[in-house]
Amino acid sequence: MTQLLEMRGVVKRFPGVLANDRINFDLRAGEVHTLLGENGAGKSTLMKILYGLYQPDEGELLIEGTPTRITSPIDAINHGIGMVHQHFMLVPSLTVTENVAMGTVSKRGRMNLRHVSDRIEELSESHGLAVDPDAYIWQLSVGERQRVEIIKALYRDVKLLVLDEPTAVLTPGEVDHLFKILRQMADAGRGLVFISHKLHEVLALSDRITVLRHGRVMGEVEAQDATREMLASMMVGRPVRLAPDKPPMETGRARLTIRNLNVMGDRGLPALQDLSLTVREGEILGIAGVSGNGQRELAETIAGLRKPESGAIAVDDDDITGRKPSAVRAAGLAYVPEERQRDGAIGAFSVSENMILVNHRHPPMSRRGFLRNGEIRQRSQQLVDDFSVATPGLDVPASNLSGGNLQKLILARELSGSPSVLLASQPTRGVDIGAAEYIHDRLIEQRGSKSVAILLISEDLDEILGLADRIAVIYEGRIVGEVDAEHADRQGIGLMMAGVSSED
Amino acid sequence: MADIFSATVIVATLSSGIRLAVPLLLASLGEAFGQRSGVLNLGVDGIMLLGAFGGYFTTLKTQSPWLGLAVGLGVGLVLGLLSSVISVSLLAEQGISGIGVYLFGLGMSDLLFQKLVGTPLPAASFQKSPIPFLSEIPVVGDLFFNHSIPIYLAFLAIPVSTVIINRTRFGMNIRAVGENPEAADSQGISVTRVRYAAVTIGGILAGAAGAVLAIGLGIFQQNLTNAQGFIAIALVYFGAWRPLGVMAGSLVYGMVSAVVLLLKTRGIIPLGASDLAAMIPAVITVLALVVAARRFRAPTALTKPFIRGG
Repeated sequence: MTQLLEMRGVVKRFPGVLANDRINFDLRAGEVHTLLGENGAGKSTLMKILYGLYQPDEGELLIEGTPTRITSPIDAINHGIGMVHQHFMLVPSLTVTENVAMGTVSKRGRMNLRHVSDRIEELSESHGLAVDPDAYIWQLSVGERQRVEIIKALYRDVKLLVLDEPTAVLTPGEVDHLFKILRQMADAGRGLVFISHKLHEVLALSDRITVLRHGRVMGEVEAQDATREMLASMMVGRPVRLAPDKPPMETGRARLTIRNLNVMGDRGLPALQDLSLTVREGEILGIAGVSGNGQRELAETIAGLRKPESGAIAVDDDDITGRKPSAVRAAGLAYVPEERQRDGAIGAFSVSENMILVNHRHPPMSRRGFLRNGEIRQRSQQLVDDFSVATPGLDVPASNLSGGNLQKLILARELSGSPSVLLASQPTRGVDIGAAEYIHDRLIEQRGSKSVAILLISEDLDEILGLADRIAVIYEGRIVGEVDAEHADRQGIGLMMAGVSSED
Repeated sequence: MADIFSATVIVATLSSGIRLAVPLLLASLGEAFGQRSGVLNLGVDGIMLLGAFGGYFTTLKTQSPWLGLAVGLGVGLVLGLLSSVISVSLLAEQGISGIGVYLFGLGMSDLLFQKLVGTPLPAASFQKSPIPFLSEIPVVGDLFFNHSIPIYLAFLAIPVSTVIINRTRFGMNIRAVGENPEAADSQGISVTRVRYAAVTIGGILAGAAGAVLAIGLGIFQQNLTNAQGFIAIALVYFGAWRPLGVMAGSLVYGMVSAVVLLLKTRGIIPLGASDLAAMIPAVITVLALVVAARRFRAPTALTKPFIRGG
């Protein structure tokens, strides 16, 4: 096989961080080589160097055996390198054809878009990438947008394609389909770099796997010789339990009841329709679904951040429908929001200020309008210790914490008020495996305390399957099916996530 | 007083409205180019003032309004490039840096005028160029086909710009860097180059706007534009970043100005209230803006400097 790419001893430093530490990485024609690692392990940095977005401080890069310097994306494109970024690089106000044509049309001013759109149709037919060349990007679903990104690469006939976390936004069915296309592209002689942290996907797609941790290569393995546990341990640097131990539980009384909820989305279209749920103490109800099917609106409505059109929400016997967030909290709801940096914490505030954010108005944290620093520090220190939040001190700004530690802080704060209901939205998204494992254990522990009902909203099906006692699948704002975790299978849930209801 | 409703007066007023709209139209069209690429240039009025002085002074010295217009364009080009350096390369805060350019233009144009001219002297102006046959159509002919050449060119620039923005590769690049510069960059489009080009086009048109204003009047004075450059920026929003919309807004302003002017010369608005009356076009334009502008969305990356990998 031809050696398409070789990166030797690549070093990239950022102020205070060694993002890439003498990394060696190579890619042959016809293979899928995965870069696996936690957030901040250096995967994206390495690929940004390859795509000319960053310049390496040391090391060399060989394309088909020739030492090459890539100083800009234009250079990368001219060397036959393509990249499907995690955040799609599409212009929403342009059509599919215009997006594909962007930057490729002859240097003359006029565009021959007809030609481009014909070629898109050919490519979409030969690769099974259904997409309408005349549609505007804003009209497309995330899955379709991704197809446009892949077509962009095919249109330029790239030899080497980098895919940065391409499955994050897809249903299990769409992932299977994507993998078929990628495999076909590799078989046709292209080289693919797949970036991911989802272990079963990595094992399903890859030929070779290189694991990065803290900017260094921890090892390179053939996919056929690898196991999930082995890869996870390489990523984290210690043995890891992938599925939490979950003892069977007796459930108690219903603590969160939602009846016939109808909610409007931001664009004035129905986001939730006739949605009913019950969560009992001692159980975790998981809401599975592809991003954008009403999960955010559901969480916001329960938390009092969005007013429902009709329906009722009750915590214990307290009707909280349409009440403001502080009243909902007072009724016993704890909320771990999806956007933790934006909604869950105040980055410029210190760790201890964030710890008491929701109960600073009440004794003992404040008295007669004055914050009581002694009490606050004592309480925060205790929570930091209890939840092993890794922080240099109580006074550093919360924005300095890693995603995992910030999430531990939020969870500590939310659980400190002994809630009746815990609403956790995407609690481990973008969090490293170690912290995710920890958060999962704490959720299971809360379930074991038998005093709290837990509603877990997650787009990570593995997380739902690992934690939930019951699984409800949400699709276009409706619950299309509900199953007991014991009887749940990935394929059946995947179908429901794509809108095929359980009765069909 | 009744004669203000006579056909001649109405036609003359509307025709003067069209002329008054032109500097604004050119300036806001140029600003629309810059904003579509994601750069807000608040310095338009300053560029107009220097373009106006350059155009006036050249015309005064050479008796050639065309040479004056050319100098206006040149001044606009230089200041457009300067604005690009500040906003695109130096990544300045666009809400502030343009004000610097404005103050520079305001002060510098007055200084040059005081040093080089001193007392206002009238300069040559453009000749009217009635279009054969068309200008002889009653009413319509006088309204639309009996102007000077720069005015025809200004209105011609509207469809030309529409085609450039919507139908050419360059226009697509402008829209792309204004909506999602990261995407454009990753496709191999130079965000810097496209923004330089768009902002510089804006500068050239602002310079032209100033020159056309000064040469049209045949004089220059301190703060000749009377903040029309800022109205031009507002009109870009009013016109939803589209050349046709920008033209409609400019015409509203021009027509209202012409009517106010008429009422003043006829003494219907008393002299004592003429400062108040001078505000009316701006006020009405801003009101129209508030009513009309809500439906459209600004370019997503407007005012956001682009830093690769940032």
